[in-house]
Amino acid sequence: MSFITRGFGGRSRERDDRLPPGQTLVHDFPVLSAGPTPEVDTAEWEFTIRTESGSQSWNWDEFMALDIDEVSTDIHCVTHWSKLGTSWRGVSLDTLFEHVETEYDYVMAHSYGGYTTNVPLDELLDGKAWVAFEFDGEPLDPEHGGPARLLVPHLYFWKSAKWVRGLEMMPSDEPGFWEQNGYHIHGDPWKEERYW
Amino acid sequence: MTHLDGNSLAGPLSEFFAFDVTVAVAKCEGCGSIAELARAMVYSSDAGSVVRCDSCGQVLMTLVESEDRAWIRFTGMGAIEVARTPTAG
Amino acid sequence: MSDTIDTTAGIRAVPRAGWHVGTVVAVHRETPNATRLELEVDGWPGNAPGQHLDVRLTAPDGYTASRSYSIASSGDSSRVVLAVDKLPDGEVSPFLVDEVRAGDKLELHGPLGAFFVWRPGGDHRPVQLIAGGSGVVPLYAIASARAEAGDETPFRLLYSVRTPDDVYFARELKALAGTSAPLRLDLVYTRRAPDGWPTPPGRITREALEAAVVPAAQHPLVYVCGSTGFVERVADWLVGFGHDARSIRTERYGGM
Ligand SMILES: Cc1cc2nc3c(=O)[nH]c(=O)nc-3n(C[C@H](O)[C@H](O)[C@H](O)COP(=O)(O)OP(=O)(O)OC[C@H]3O[C@@H](n4cnc5c(N)ncnc54)[C@H](O)[C@@H]3O)c2cc1C
Ligand SMILES: [Zn+2]
Repeated sequence: MSFITRGFGGRSRERDDRLPPGQTLVHDFPVLSAGPTPEVDTAEWEFTIRTESGSQSWNWDEFMALDIDEVSTDIHCVTHWSKLGTSWRGVSLDTLFEHVETEYDYVMAHSYGGYTTNVPLDELLDGKAWVAFEFDGEPLDPEHGGPARLLVPHLYFWKSAKWVRGLEMMPSDEPGFWEQNGYHIHGDPWKEERYW
Repeated sequence: MTHLDGNSLAGPLSEFFAFDVTVAVAKCEGCGSIAELARAMVYSSDAGSVVRCDSCGQVLMTLVESEDRAWIRFTGMGAIEVARTPTAG
Repeated sequence: MSDTIDTTAGIRAVPRAGWHVGTVVAVHRETPNATRLELEVDGWPGNAPGQHLDVRLTAPDGYTASRSYSIASSGDSSRVVLAVDKLPDGEVSPFLVDEVRAGDKLELHGPLGAFFVWRPGGDHRPVQLIAGGSGVVPLYAIASARAEAGDETPFRLLYSVRTPDDVYFARELKALAGTSAPLRLDLVYTRRAPDGWPTPPGRITREALEAAVVPAAQHPLVYVCGSTGFVERVADWLVGFGHDARSIRTERYGGM
């Protein structure tokens, strides 16, 4: 029954050749959220990688003492918006996994507030992912996942878990929050892996 | 981020159910509180809607819609109680 | 389980929701920042006082945007009245307020929601309505339905607005306040009050709220509607005054 509403354009949506299929360009930074914004003080913040044999944790100061990367990257949200050339600062997962021993190939990211998302380990290593705490030269806003969020820009942005507090190694790929509720287990924007 | 009331999902849910699900009564499996879904908290964005218990914040239900499909998950609640009322109209 | 739930107002049959085409028959400037739209809706089954509908707009490239709007009218009529506040950065409300004109067609889904509803002819339990800004729309529908039915349930409306120019349904509310079983109307001005108003403009305080609502001891049914921040604040205070949380129904519109 749908018909075009006279005079309605909606927010501007630009196509661009650098964008994956079905994406349009935005200049603001829309917020997606599954719940209230957790207020996490850096004094209490902790990041933990848990494996089959133990765990390794960093507090905020220890985290800031690690090698920090400057990242410039495009990001693609499953809700059809993309942003080009966003700039971040964060710690590469290669750095975090340097001293982590695990036989497991899959990762569940856990966030303050209870959010989870799953990513295969090899998609987090080799310069493909970071734990980011600065966006556009400013500390990451709580709305956008501060104090720190995962940044996995080659996958749809729901994989870049906001308010991340740790990674749990898993022997098999288990679905995280959105992945249990309709979204694709993998989420590659170039293949348009949006839903199941 | 701000939230709405469960009542605001009456439209999206009526696409899939023959009765108004927002007046169904559900028990939260997190804290045991019993309330109409209309009283729950709804966090909505373009990605989907997440319905949370008004008392403890546990996720009760999620709704994700694509152009041709929808996913509705009753995660954190047990049976829902539906009043048997005659439907008008 | 049912005895813990208050079923006096909401859980009753309401007309079945469906998709309809509404033709705008009148556009009326409600306040400097809001518009009243009167629609003739083909096949509309009527609606209960307090219900809402979803408006779906479609752009030429197929992009769609949906938003909910409370219905200011009720009853069997196929005439549906909406009142929309313009949010400066909004996607949909500026279109509805500034662009829509008589003759335009809008896609509507409704009537929706059997919870935030009040009907005349019940048990005469007193009703307290509390509105912030455009949140008065469903409460106006409820208050008018009571007056039309000649129902004498004690009714009070506490209405928070920015300035005297921002009162929705100003004439109609005044008329409702002057009937034989009057709606008691209390206004709160947050930015600018009329000359000689006893209290300086400002957000409603806890004390002012307590003084202006039906006391908890009278077990009123309370309907609160407006921006999410307004509703949160008011509902928390009401519970603090001893109102039973089950007797408070809320309709959050979003925003802070
Ligand atoms: C059940 C229900 C009934 C409603 N009834 C009415 C009604 O009768 N009249 C009416 O005018 N509106 C009503 N609303 C609100 C309406 O649905 C839209 O949210 C509103 O018109 C804004 O849409 P937009 O596209 O213009 O803004 P968007 O593009 O969605 O948002 C723009 C910006 O405004 C903020 N924002 C969103 N909503 C609000 C708000 N209420 N107050 C302050 N800031 C906000 C957003 O966070 C965002 O930053 C109702 C909402 C619900 C859930
Ligand atoms: Zn609960």
